[in-house]
Amino acid sequence: MAELNSPDDLPAVKATHPAREMAVMFFRNYNAVFGLILLIAILLFTFVGPYIHTVDPFEMVWAPFARPGEEGFLFGTDYLGRDILSAMMAGGRVSMAIGLAAALISLIIGVTVGAFAGYYGGWIEELLMRFTEFFQVLPTLLFSMVIVALFGASLLTVTLAIGVVSWTAVARVTRSEFLRIREMEYVAAARSGSAKDGYLIFRVILPNALPPIIVQANLMVGSAILFEAALSFLGLSDPNVMSWGQVIGSNREYILDAGYAVAIPGFAIFLTVLAISLIGDGLNDALNPKLRQR
Amino acid sequence: MTHPLLSVEEVVVDFETRAGKARVLDHVSLEVASGEILGIVGESGCGKSMTALSIMGLVPDPPGKVTSGSIKLEGRELVGLDHESLRRIRGKDIGMIFQEPMTSLNPVFTVGEQIAESIRLHENASPKAAMARAVEMLRSVEIPEPEMRAKAYPHQLSGGMRQRVMIAIALACRPRVLIADEPTTALDATVQAQIFDLLQDLQSEMGTAIILITHDMGAIAELADNVAVMYAGRVVEKGRVETVLSAPEHPYTKGLITCVPHLEPDPPIEREVLMEIPGVVPALTELGVGCAFAPRCAEKIAQCESAKPALRASPDAHLTACWVAEQEAGR
Amino acid sequence: MSLWKAIVTRIGYGLLLLLAVLVLNFTLISIAPGDIADSIAGDMGGADAEVIEEIRERYGLNEPFYVQLWKYMSGVFRFDLGYSYFFNVPVTEIVLERLPATLLLVVSAQVLAIVSGTFLGVLAAKNPRGILNAVVTFLALFGFAAPVFWTGILLIIAFVSVIPIFPVGGMRDVTVEGGFFVQTLDLLYHLVLPMVTLASIYLALYSRLARASMQEVLGADYVRTARAKGVPERTVLYKHALKNALGPVITVAGLQFASVISGAVVVETVFSWPGLGTLALQSILARDTPTIMGILFFSSLVVIVFNILTDIALRLVDPRIKSG
Repeated sequence: MAELNSPDDLPAVKATHPAREMAVMFFRNYNAVFGLILLIAILLFTFVGPYIHTVDPFEMVWAPFARPGEEGFLFGTDYLGRDILSAMMAGGRVSMAIGLAAALISLIIGVTVGAFAGYYGGWIEELLMRFTEFFQVLPTLLFSMVIVALFGASLLTVTLAIGVVSWTAVARVTRSEFLRIREMEYVAAARSGSAKDGYLIFRVILPNALPPIIVQANLMVGSAILFEAALSFLGLSDPNVMSWGQVIGSNREYILDAGYAVAIPGFAIFLTVLAISLIGDGLNDALNPKLRQR
Repeated sequence: MTHPLLSVEEVVVDFETRAGKARVLDHVSLEVASGEILGIVGESGCGKSMTALSIMGLVPDPPGKVTSGSIKLEGRELVGLDHESLRRIRGKDIGMIFQEPMTSLNPVFTVGEQIAESIRLHENASPKAAMARAVEMLRSVEIPEPEMRAKAYPHQLSGGMRQRVMIAIALACRPRVLIADEPTTALDATVQAQIFDLLQDLQSEMGTAIILITHDMGAIAELADNVAVMYAGRVVEKGRVETVLSAPEHPYTKGLITCVPHLEPDPPIEREVLMEIPGVVPALTELGVGCAFAPRCAEKIAQCESAKPALRASPDAHLTACWVAEQEAGR
Repeated sequence: MSLWKAIVTRIGYGLLLLLAVLVLNFTLISIAPGDIADSIAGDMGGADAEVIEEIRERYGLNEPFYVQLWKYMSGVFRFDLGYSYFFNVPVTEIVLERLPATLLLVVSAQVLAIVSGTFLGVLAAKNPRGILNAVVTFLALFGFAAPVFWTGILLIIAFVSVIPIFPVGGMRDVTVEGGFFVQTLDLLYHLVLPMVTLASIYLALYSRLARASMQEVLGADYVRTARAKGVPERTVLYKHALKNALGPVITVAGLQFASVISGAVVVETVFSWPGLGTLALQSILARDTPTIMGILFFSSLVVIVFNILTDIALRLVDPRIKSG
C-alpha cells in the first residue's frame, strides 16, 4: 500500500465515483425528484414572477377582500386591498432568505458546539452538552418571542432569534458523529502525525461527519421557514418587510371573511417545506452508505 | 424405525426474491423417532434453519412459501394447517431453541415471566402456578438459585445462562420434539459441552426427540443417532451416525468430516487433499441443472454437471445423492 | 434504589437549569434597548422625567444589575415573581391562573398524538405493503410541512362554514349552565379542535418513529422466540414487540415537550384558548416584562417536570436503563 502522509490523499482516488453514485441514488428516489422540481418551481415563481407580474405588493390596488379570480386578481386582495399574488412573490423571497440565514446561524452554532464536545470529550463535552440541554428546556418559540419583543422586530432580530434557539439538534448530531469518527483509524493516524486540534476537527473529522449534518441542515431550513411564519402570525415580524407569514399575520383577524388570504400563503409555506423535506429524504438516502449498499 | 414421531417428506420451500425465485428447500425428507437425536449438518445457507422453520410453520411469508411436500407429527399433517392450530402445536408439541442466546430472550421481561408465559399459553395454569413451574424449569436446567434468577432480566445473565433459559422455555410444556438450531455456536467451548450434557440428560429423562442443527461434525459424532447432511437446500447424505461417519460416500460429507481432526473414517481419507472445502455455497438463484456441489467437488465427473443426482440407498439404510458414489457402488 | 437516586439527581439538576433560565432572562432584559420605566410610563399615558425617576426608584431599576438579579431570584424561591405592570396583579397569580388551560391542551395533545401515532405505527409496521403505511408516510410529510396555525385555521374554516359541530374559539360557553359534569363536557367540547390541531404535528412524528421502531423490533430474535413459543400474533405484536419499540417513542416524546408548548402558543392564539400562550402574546405586546419572565420560568419548569416523568416512564418500560 502506498504511504499516506495526510488524510487528504485518501478521497482523491475515488472522488468522482461516489458522487455519481449519490446522484443516481438521489434521482432514483421519485419523491426527492418531485421535491426538487417543486422547489425549482417555487424559486421561479418568487424570483422570476415579479418581472412578469409587476404590481407593488404594498400598494392598494383594489377594494379589500376581492375573491381569488375576481377582477383579474388571481389570488384576490387582502384587507387593505393589496394584491395577494404580488405579496406571495415578494413574501417567498423573504421567507426563504430568513429560513436560509437562520439555518446557517444555527448550523454554525450547532456544529461548533457539537464538534468541540465530541472531539474533546471530558468536562468540555459535559459542559457543552449541559448548555445544549439548557436550550432544549426553553420553549423555543416563547424564547424567540421574548428576543424579538425586547430587541424590536426587524429582519435581523427575527433571523437571529430563530437561529439561536434552533441549533440543539445539529449539536447533538454533530457530537455523535464526532464521537464515532474520532475513534477511526485514519484519525488516530493523523493524530499520531502530530496534527493540530483545529486541523483534526475541521479538516479531518468534519468532512467525514458532513452527511448527517447536511440532512439535518436541510430540514432546518424548512423548520426555520415555519418558525418565521409562526412569529409573523403572532405579529412579531418586521412590518416593513413582506413575508408569507406576514401576509397570514396581517389577515388573520379576517379569516372568516377572507379565508383565502390566510390559506394561500399557508399553502405556499406548506409546499416549500414539503419540497425541502422530500429533498432531505432523498439526500439522506444518497448520503447514507448503509442504504446505498442495499 | 417403524413409526417415526416426526416425518418430513419431500418438502419444497420457495422464496420470491428480487433476484428471482430461489428454491430454499428442494425435496427434503427427514424423520425422527421418540427418544432419538437427529443431526442436521451443513454450512450456513444450506437450508438447515429453513428446515426447522418449516417444521415450526414459521417460514416467513412473504417472501417464502412451502410449495409442496408433507410434514407429519404422529401422523398429523402440519403443512396447510391453519394458523391457530399451528400456534397451539408450537411450544407445546414442538419446542425450539435458537443460535443467539444473547438476543433470543425478550429484554424487557424477566426470564421467569418468559418461561411462565409458555406454560400459561398451552396449559390452564394460574399465573402463580405457572411461575412456580417456571422456577422448577430453571432448576431442572441447572441454574443456581432459581427463585432469584426467575426475577432477573436477560441482560443480567451470561450467555450460557441465557441458553439454559431458552432450553427451559422450549421444554416448559414437555414437547415431544425439540429443535435445537446451533444451540452452542455463540458460546464458549466449556459452556458448549455443558449445554450438550444438559440436552442429553433432559432427553433421556423426558424421552424427547431432538433435531440438532449444527455445522459441527464433532457434536454430531458425540450426540446424534442419525445424521442428515444438507447442501444447497437438498439432503445429500443421511443414515446412522456410525455408518455415515465411518464410511461417508458424498464428497461434501467427506470434506466436513476431515475438517474435524479427531474423526477418523475408515478407510482414512487423504487429508492433504480435503483439509478444507474450496469455494462457498452457491447463491440459490444461480443453481444450474447439475449437482449443486459440482463446482467445488474434487471428484466430479461429466454427469455431475448435467443432472442432479437423487438419493440412493446402499446397505444399512445409508442414503447418498452423488453420481460418483453411485458409479463406485455399481462397479 | 437506583430509580429514586436517579429521580433525585434529575430534580437537583432541573433546579440548576431553572436557575440558568432566570439568569439568562434577566440578562437579556437588562441588555435590551429601552427601559421598563419608559414602558410603564407609556402605559400611564406618558409621564415627565421626574415621574419616570420615581418609578425607577420604586422598582429598584437604579440598582446595579447583580443586586436586581439577586432580589428577583430570592423572590422566586418564595414564589414571588414580581408584579405585573399591565394586569395589575402579582405575576404568580396570573400565570397560575392561565397555566392549567395550557397544561390541559399540551398534555391532551401529547397523549392523543402518542397513543394514535403509536397505534398507526404498529399497524403500518405489521403490514408493510398496506394502505396504512402510505397513510403514515403522508402524515409524516404533512405534519412536518404544514404550519400549525394554518392547520388550525383550515379547521376553523371547515368547522364554521362547512360542518359547524365543534366550537372554534374559547374554552367555555358562558351560556351553558349546569353542574360539574356539564361544565367539564363543555370544556372538552371546546378542547377538541385545538387539541387535534396541536396533535397533528406530533402525530406525524410519533407514527413515523413508532413504525421504524416496530419494524426493527419485529425482525428481532426474541420476536421469533415468542412465535416459536406459540404466542398468538396479536400478543406478539402488542406485548413482546411493542414494549420494546416504545423506548424511542417515549424518549422523543419527552424531548418534544418544549416544542409542544411552543406549538401551544400558536394554537392558543388561533383558537383564543385562554392559556399561557395568549398571556405571553398579550404581555409581550404590552412590554410587561415581569409577566413574560414569569411565563418563561413556569414553562421551563413544566418542561423539566415532564422530562423527569419521561425518564421514569422510560425506566419502567425498559429494565436495561440504569443511568440517564
